[in-house]
Amino acid sequence: MTDWLARVQEWAQGTSTQYLGADWGPPVYTTGRTLVMIVMVLAPVVLTVLYYQLIERWVIGWMQVRKGPNRVGYKGILQPIADAIKLLTKEQIVPSGANKGLFFLAPVVSVGPALAAWAIIPFAPDWVISNADAAVLVMLALTSMGIYGVIIAGWASNSKYAFLGAMRASAQMVSYEIAMGFAIVGGLMAGQSMNLTQIVARQDAAVGFFGWFFIPLFPLFIIHYVAGLAETNRHPFDVAEGESEIVAGFHVEYSGMMFAVFFLAEYANMILISTVSALIFLGGWLSPFDFPWVRDHAALLAMPGIWWLLAKILFLMFAFLWVRATFPRYRYDQIMRLGWKVFIPLTIVWIVVIGVMMMPPIATTWPFSIWFGR
Amino acid sequence: MLSRVRDIANSLLLGELVKGMRLTGRYMFARKVTVMYPEEKTPMSPRFRGLHALRRYPNGEERCIACKLCEAVCPALAITIESEQRDDGTRRTTRYDVDLLKCIFCGFCEESCPVDSIVETHILEYHGEQRGDLLFTKPMLLAIGDKYEPELAAARAEDAKYR
Repeated sequence: MTDWLARVQEWAQGTSTQYLGADWGPPVYTTGRTLVMIVMVLAPVVLTVLYYQLIERWVIGWMQVRKGPNRVGYKGILQPIADAIKLLTKEQIVPSGANKGLFFLAPVVSVGPALAAWAIIPFAPDWVISNADAAVLVMLALTSMGIYGVIIAGWASNSKYAFLGAMRASAQMVSYEIAMGFAIVGGLMAGQSMNLTQIVARQDAAVGFFGWFFIPLFPLFIIHYVAGLAETNRHPFDVAEGESEIVAGFHVEYSGMMFAVFFLAEYANMILISTVSALIFLGGWLSPFDFPWVRDHAALLAMPGIWWLLAKILFLMFAFLWVRATFPRYRYDQIMRLGWKVFIPLTIVWIVVIGVMMMPPIATTWPFSIWFGR
Repeated sequence: MLSRVRDIANSLLLGELVKGMRLTGRYMFARKVTVMYPEEKTPMSPRFRGLHALRRYPNGEERCIACKLCEAVCPALAITIESEQRDDGTRRTTRYDVDLLKCIFCGFCEESCPVDSIVETHILEYHGEQRGDLLFTKPMLLAIGDKYEPELAAARAEDAKYR
């Protein structure tokens, strides 16, 4: 498999140099290679978003003792296709008095960072578009950009509900950005790198899932996940959409394809946060059964691979839906209290705790040596 | 003191939240209660109040004697009746309209009817495609009554002992 890929790459490199010369060949080859990789990453992401929303409706249905969508195609598996066609063919309504330029810009600003952040996500040791050393910083920067899409959408719509939704969303996302950033800082300290590939490599302690960072960083793992719920405006932090209060929040005036783009951005962000959480706290592509005994007797089970990462991402994505089906919406002041008075102090305290755990006498004693001994 | 510590630990370890998620997780595998509507239908009471009908006696004579009790009792003013004397000296309706857009399906017309003429059937799947489609006139109501008379009689017989 890898052989075959290498041969294709070699052939492409050779032909591009042969036809375009030594000056133009390599840059064209690099650009083309990156473009192909972008498609290889984003096409599955977009497909996952399509089916994620079907699975969301199924899971929430099942948890409410309903069956969920099961009419279009076999057991409803063509439902997202039907939804996409419906949204594509719908009219784009621009409210009178809307700021047209910003109105059309908002979905783009919203979806751009959500998709761009996938550039630094590694799926296996070398499977990454850009193996940047400051990958986590890039990721934090890009996910923060998503707020602008929400604010612009709320402002440009010329609607009080959209504006209220945008204000709520921006306050909430800014607050939880901090807790989320601190939670990731804990991951960086433990991983001793900002490169996601190296953070995952640090968790490889040959003791299966005991080596993953979610054990010493458990509070940060939970806070990162809950802050992720708040960042993506998912339940129970969905006051930005709050159907019963402000109709649909910031995207109330959007219809058709532009609404679909907001939808894509929200779900792409959910998958992104699940992925980052799986990489930093759940050992990425490492096998949970990677014990010496398993290595000797069932090597395949102990092998790291993209399927472990996918399984972890899918579990975290499922938890998003599970949480949505379980908890009622927070009141707005409760959201702010949780973000500022609980999460931020907790993360800062735990960063100090990590610092203590990583100091030499403690770091080399069991059990801390598992994570910080190397 | 100890209970306070336990409370804080419980809230930090998300005890209540995990409990809630266990419950929804269990319900995810529970038997689903969805009724797949056009294929499956829920049982229907003989007292079900659906589309209206005007009934006849077995000899073909229409039951309605134009007493206008239903028109008087109708809270939505959905019924309009005009009447005159027929050649044999009995009073009969010349017009009996039920505007289904006004009707709230309370069943008072059926309750008030001294001759069991106006009834509400079990029909619930009907629609109108343009203005006026849901204004049911006397011939239409009589036609419905003629078509479903056996079922209407059966439903009324089943409910008779409770009246």
